[in-house]
Amino acid sequence: MEQDHIVKSFDEDLGQIDAIIAEMGGLAERQLADAVEALVRRDIELAQQVINGDKRIDELESTIDNLTIRVLALRQPMAEDLRMVIVALKMAANLERIGDYAKNVAKRTLILAAMDPVGNATQSVQRMAFQVQAMIKNVLDAYGARDIGKADDVRLRDEEVDLMHTSLFRELLTYMMEDPRNITACTHLLFIAKNVERIGDHVTSIAEYVHFLVAGDLPADERPKGDLSSQTMLEKI
Amino acid sequence: MSDRKTNSELIEAGLARRYRAERRFKMYGIAATAVAMSFLVIVLVAIFVRGVGAFNQTQIAQVVFVDPELAKENDWQGMIKASLRETFPDVEDRKGKRLLYGLMSSGAGYDLQNMVQNDASLVGQKVQLWMPASDDVDMVMKGGVDRNQPESDRRISDQEFVWIDKLAADGMIELQFNTRFFTAGDSREPELAGIMGAAKGSFYTLVVCFLLSFPLGVMAAIYLEEFSPKNRWTDLIEVNINNLAAVPSIVFGLLGLAMFLNFFGLPRSASLVGGMVLALMTLPTIIIASRLALRSVPPSIREAALAVGASRLQTVLDHVLPLALPGMLTGAIIGMARALGETAPLLMIGMVAFIVDVPGNFTDPATALPVQIYLWADSPERAFTERTAAAIIVLLAFLIAMNVVAVILRKKFEQRW
Amino acid sequence: MALTISTEVSHSARQSDYSKSLSSKAAARKVNVYYGDKQALKDINIEIPECQVTALIGPSGCGKSTFLRCLNRMNDVIDGCRIEGEILLDGEDIYARGVDVVHLRARIGMVFQKPNPFPKSIYDNVAYGPKIHGIAKTRAEMDEIVFHSLEKVGLIDEVRDRMEAPGTSLSGGQQQRLCIARAIAVEPEVILMDEPCSALDPIATARIEELIDELKQNYTIVMVTHSMQQAARVSQKTAFFHMGELVEQGDTTDIFTKPQDERTLAYVTGRIG
Repeated sequence: MEQDHIVKSFDEDLGQIDAIIAEMGGLAERQLADAVEALVRRDIELAQQVINGDKRIDELESTIDNLTIRVLALRQPMAEDLRMVIVALKMAANLERIGDYAKNVAKRTLILAAMDPVGNATQSVQRMAFQVQAMIKNVLDAYGARDIGKADDVRLRDEEVDLMHTSLFRELLTYMMEDPRNITACTHLLFIAKNVERIGDHVTSIAEYVHFLVAGDLPADERPKGDLSSQTMLEKI
Repeated sequence: MSDRKTNSELIEAGLARRYRAERRFKMYGIAATAVAMSFLVIVLVAIFVRGVGAFNQTQIAQVVFVDPELAKENDWQGMIKASLRETFPDVEDRKGKRLLYGLMSSGAGYDLQNMVQNDASLVGQKVQLWMPASDDVDMVMKGGVDRNQPESDRRISDQEFVWIDKLAADGMIELQFNTRFFTAGDSREPELAGIMGAAKGSFYTLVVCFLLSFPLGVMAAIYLEEFSPKNRWTDLIEVNINNLAAVPSIVFGLLGLAMFLNFFGLPRSASLVGGMVLALMTLPTIIIASRLALRSVPPSIREAALAVGASRLQTVLDHVLPLALPGMLTGAIIGMARALGETAPLLMIGMVAFIVDVPGNFTDPATALPVQIYLWADSPERAFTERTAAAIIVLLAFLIAMNVVAVILRKKFEQRW
Repeated sequence: MALTISTEVSHSARQSDYSKSLSSKAAARKVNVYYGDKQALKDINIEIPECQVTALIGPSGCGKSTFLRCLNRMNDVIDGCRIEGEILLDGEDIYARGVDVVHLRARIGMVFQKPNPFPKSIYDNVAYGPKIHGIAKTRAEMDEIVFHSLEKVGLIDEVRDRMEAPGTSLSGGQQQRLCIARAIAVEPEVILMDEPCSALDPIATARIEELIDELKQNYTIVMVTHSMQQAARVSQKTAFFHMGELVEQGDTTDIFTKPQDERTLAYVTGRIG
């Protein structure tokens, strides 16, 4: 709503929450981007930077926790104010997990940097990560603009990420079957791929919360799922 | 920040002036109160000083032989004259005897008569009794006559002084409490005059006034305040009632004369008519006071009663009236106090007549206390001056008593809410 | 992670008879109220469901108290107040000709903002209603009614040994409970409450809210309140009034989490009012 609250400090409180969420979102976005870049370029310093940077995201999540509790206790927010506070609380948790996954990718990058690259796996991961990065950017834009259409689009895009994950899973299995010396590297890559896919799921959750924030209800339909990796099996050669 | 400091300085500067003004105002108030109180005190003291003497009456003790012959002729005064002759045997001439007999009040015989009538066996016996002296002797005993004045200027002759001194030496003349003042009706002779007639007349009048004006006034107030619609007619009525409260009381007397006496033919000078006239006069006061009392009951009480399902009448009788009653009673007492002191309307309906008998009921001719005071004030005798002041004291005592009753009643009915 | 919001169901509602809660005890149809020339309420249409608490909220001067007073015809005593439209109780218009106002007010009780016990004893306060309506025939019956009412409002233990003390000797919260006991002594069907807690401290307020929660099992309650939090805590249905109009009515949860009308949203989030 454009109209200000009668009590100005209420607006300030909500604005503060908004700003921190935006900061967290930006950080998470960059963490993922840096982690993937570190993986591709085998940059150990960058990976280490990502690992260190996760602490900031954790601090911000703690701040959001305190702020939202404070606003709930002191302001008794109603309607869209209440939804905004709850959504911020939930989003912060999701963004923190995204940060954790990015840190995990960076950690595995440190290991992988010592080994030879395996086939085109790294490029596949990168493609998937780009998709997810775009999703993050869009959902944060949707949140800032309270754009429900954009949020719903992001939600649907997760299906692509899931499909990419399924095919990447297959690819890595193939590499591992070809040459057992690849197993260590491919296992790490499997986890990395899983992490990126999980980030995509978290982004989708955020998109659903943005929908809830604007509409007052969660999206009615089931979110589209395309991840069949749990059912993937390769024929014995 | 500098604003606050200059403000503070400004305030500081003005404080002394403001306190001075306050002190000055307080002093004006005290001065005004003192002036008013001093007037009050002067009036009360003056009346008291003048009137307190009337509560004592000079009585002369005599041994009287109840002569059966004279008793048959009801010549009680004759018996007293005989006893006086016995006390002062050396009075020979007729003029002297007349002077001697003049020591005793002309009504002294009534006491003797009453005594013998109560006890017939006293006929033929000698009885001793105290009897009222004449008003001139009374004045002497109260120190109101200057012996040093030349004899021709005073009412008491030297000879009478001699007799009085002798009686005093023998202890046969003294001042006693004047019960007659409180039991007898009016009389031409000051020593025999009492306020009982007027008091009873006032009492009956007030009773009639209260019984007529209070119920009517309260019911009218309840109707006008609680039930009547608020329109131009009721506004007109309210204006008229307020005006009536300010109408000079003598107008009500004229109304009473025209309506009650001439048209309805009610008995003249009766307390009944006096009460009716005073009721007309008091009614507006009671209505106004009662309406104010009703208005002062907070609407929340009415709303609470209505919300629980009380009808409008039940709301008024069960809740509003009990709370308004103290105010109504106060208004009634104020009205009664005013009625007690009113003379003019009673003059018009004839309660100014000289009435000796104490009235026995509402239709007997009567007079009222303020009228009595007026009549006595007219008389030249010194003794009546005394009695006028004494009657005023009695009237004031009545008023104070009524106010005390009002305060007690108010306290009793006042409900804490 | 799914987030669902369900319609709030309090303990008491679960226990009450569901079929009762679906029908309308009272309703207003096209109600317009005028004070002289000034229109205080415009075209009010509202449903008051049975055995539930309906809260009327809105900024000052919006007409909610005026509407409340229409429900038991207390506006009749105000000169110049004109009411158009229908107000139905069990389907019958209470403003129809021949409706006995005194009987109506025994069916619809009222509790006011400032506690106003009669300046009588506690016993007489509660007994007054049954007395004038002739509900109790004997002293024993009256005792029963008085004790029962005081028990229902939770006052009986506090006043058991001073029933003859004046009603005004109680504390504010106790006085308000006494007024509620007075209202329910005549066994009304509907209880109207005009900001019943606004003059009370938080503990007394909480006690009254608890009492309202219990009372709604047997009585239909309509409550005007300035406090949105109180409306949110206590009521199942809420109606939002603004400048004489009924802007929105619905389930309390919906009004406070996703109101439909912009004005409602602005009011409940503290942007207007």
